Amino acid sequence: MSEEIKETGKEDASGNETRRNFLKDMGTAALAGAAALMTDSDDAEAKSTWAEWFQKNWRLMTDEEKKDAIARLETRYSEEYGKKVTVDGSPAMKSVLFGYALNIQKCIGCRRCVYACVKENNQSRHDTEIQWIRVIRMEKQNFLPDDMNKGYPPSAKEPFGIQVGGNAHKPAGVTLEGQHYYQPELVPEKDAFYFPIQCMQCEKPPCVKVCPVRTTYRDPDGIVVIDYNWCIGCRMCMAACPYWARRFNWGDPNLPKEEMNPNTHYLGNRPRMRGVVEKCTFCIQRSRKGRYTACVEVCPVGARKFGNLFDPNSEVRQILERKKVFRLKAELNTYPKFFYFID
Amino acid sequence: MQTKIQFVRDFFCYALKGDSRYYTWLGILGILVIPWAYGSYEQLITNGLIVAGFTDQISWAMYEGNFIFLVGVAAAAVTVVFPYYVYSSPQDRRGTVKSLKNVVLIGEMLAITAVTMVMLFIIYHMGRPDRLWHIIPGIGIFNFPNSMLTWDVLVLNIYLVLNIACGFYNMYKRYTGEPMNENFYKTLVYIAIPWALSIHTVTAFLINTMPPRPMWFHSMMPIKFISTAFAGGSAIIIVALLVYRKYTKLEIPDKAINFISQITVWCLGIALFLIMSEIVTELYPSTEHSFQIKYSLFGMFGLSKLVPWMWASLIILIVSFILLMIPSVRKNYTVLPVICVILFIGIWIEKGMALVIPGMVPSPIGEFSEYTPTWIEIFITAGNWAIGLIMFTILSKGAVGVMIGEVRHPSAVGKAVEHH
Repeated sequence: MSEEIKETGKEDASGNETRRNFLKDMGTAALAGAAALMTDSDDAEAKSTWAEWFQKNWRLMTDEEKKDAIARLETRYSEEYGKKVTVDGSPAMKSVLFGYALNIQKCIGCRRCVYACVKENNQSRHDTEIQWIRVIRMEKQNFLPDDMNKGYPPSAKEPFGIQVGGNAHKPAGVTLEGQHYYQPELVPEKDAFYFPIQCMQCEKPPCVKVCPVRTTYRDPDGIVVIDYNWCIGCRMCMAACPYWARRFNWGDPNLPKEEMNPNTHYLGNRPRMRGVVEKCTFCIQRSRKGRYTACVEVCPVGARKFGNLFDPNSEVRQILERKKVFRLKAELNTYPKFFYFID
Repeated sequence: MQTKIQFVRDFFCYALKGDSRYYTWLGILGILVIPWAYGSYEQLITNGLIVAGFTDQISWAMYEGNFIFLVGVAAAAVTVVFPYYVYSSPQDRRGTVKSLKNVVLIGEMLAITAVTMVMLFIIYHMGRPDRLWHIIPGIGIFNFPNSMLTWDVLVLNIYLVLNIACGFYNMYKRYTGEPMNENFYKTLVYIAIPWALSIHTVTAFLINTMPPRPMWFHSMMPIKFISTAFAGGSAIIIVALLVYRKYTKLEIPDKAINFISQITVWCLGIALFLIMSEIVTELYPSTEHSFQIKYSLFGMFGLSKLVPWMWASLIILIVSFILLMIPSVRKNYTVLPVICVILFIGIWIEKGMALVIPGMVPSPIGEFSEYTPTWIEIFITAGNWAIGLIMFTILSKGAVGVMIGEVRHPSAVGKAVEHH
């Protein structure tokens, strides 16, 4: 990791550039800003990080402050990624509550959604690799007649009889027995079905409750968002999330310039910094403009459905009315707006 | 004001003076600060938390374990403060409780040190320590009362202030020879006593209010926290007292030591009972929720890094309990500190490694993974401990100086009341 950072440092040769890299290496915005002030530098990056360090939580900013924050970010990102980057700050639309439905019967486990999401949402590509969607492979398993007389106590001849059957501990249909590192030649596999998970955008999100600085909150359209500039990196939300939906930027995210998606949202896919939490935002930069999320668009089998829960004609509402739906870990009363269904 | 400045100067001048053994001890601790400085540079300045062994699966580990353990040590000061102020009644015919007089200040210095170390570990836990101001009420946002962490911030800071106030007020009055304002002092003490319980209760609530972590999610957590904390904290107080009794003129009667070692045994017994109840409750029905405790006790799917730690701590706790129950062992002051140090380490494992990490394994979606601390993490942890021990050594040495009358205002020598 440290080697990589040093390598990126070497790219710039001029003295001014070296100084900037020194500042960048200092890492903490405060130090960088202080250095800029002390040297009376016109280094735009240092100045903008300095201003960013002092900015308020997004929700509490006035329209003017929001405009400034966005302008600062746009300048910095455009310079950093060498292309025109836009940062959207649009608020939730009126009378829209986003909901998501996923057909586990149709999912083939191809993970196209995972990679479309990474591309759309500017996740770190390596060291550490961040993916907001994970697809869990659930094993199908046969019960065997050979195991009928096995079990515990070991022999059926025992006078007590078998107390734990030999066909116990078969993972078939057992939640949370799956794993998300499968690498088959072809999907779908015969002996498995697939169960994608991501942020469930709970109506009663435990992550929001535990956040000490309210950097993560539920916006009116039901999306649980994070102000990356306000997050202190305490990871309470990661511990409290029952769906393992949150990811942490352990180091500086590695986002190649050419792969960077320049259409960003302040609360969504804008490039993140080291030491903050991130997660799925229902592609807030798309959904707030009336578009489908990247994962919905890419799904080759149409297993993913997204829409407005207030609109009786939306696909999600139709599914809720006609299909058998369930929510993951419903017993925790988190009321996800992410539903699973079967045809 | 001048007297106060003089007090601080005299206090630290005395605390920093010592014989060669004293400087050797501080020197050894000082050496540990060198790798700490390197680790801090790597983590805080250059690279971020990636230099530590955390993953998205195990996002809390070494720093958080130490943080939780040290909150317990801080709370444990109450094991000496409480009996001294609450039970020093006419019933105390044999003067057992009165014998704790010189112990109370050491307890308070321990509490101040432990809370400071807690804050140090929190800084290293945070991904963005530069944004610490975001949590300060007024200039930042303080999600109170919803976030349990804000409760913890509140109770810990107030506890620190209470202990600094109690301890230094007491010492300052001894220094000047003025009588204490009993009403003021007693009020502080009586607030500080339940407050000590509150810091560890709230820290337990911090992690036991998370249903996705079944190993933490039970209502026994606060009392288990408090009982293990009191056992471990009083054990380290015993060691400190024996050291100061041996190397300084501080008088600590055997009664005081025996009284505290009894507290250690009782708390340890309760802790063991609670640990047993927890293991039985989890393992008997053996549901999916028992995976975390199964993983830590026996290992699962071939992942068993925690198993030796877990068993080491259980064996240490049980053996020290049995040994400390024997009065002749408890009163043998050569053996007692050894048991106390080992017990302290046993509880450190139990509260750190064996509590925090299995809460993360398996993850809420059932994924098993293992955690290995990096060298940088170990350097930082060791350095934080070294800093804490240096701080405790200096503070408690100064306190001893005040207690034995070597740190005194010139005008107070031989006088009851100070004249300006």
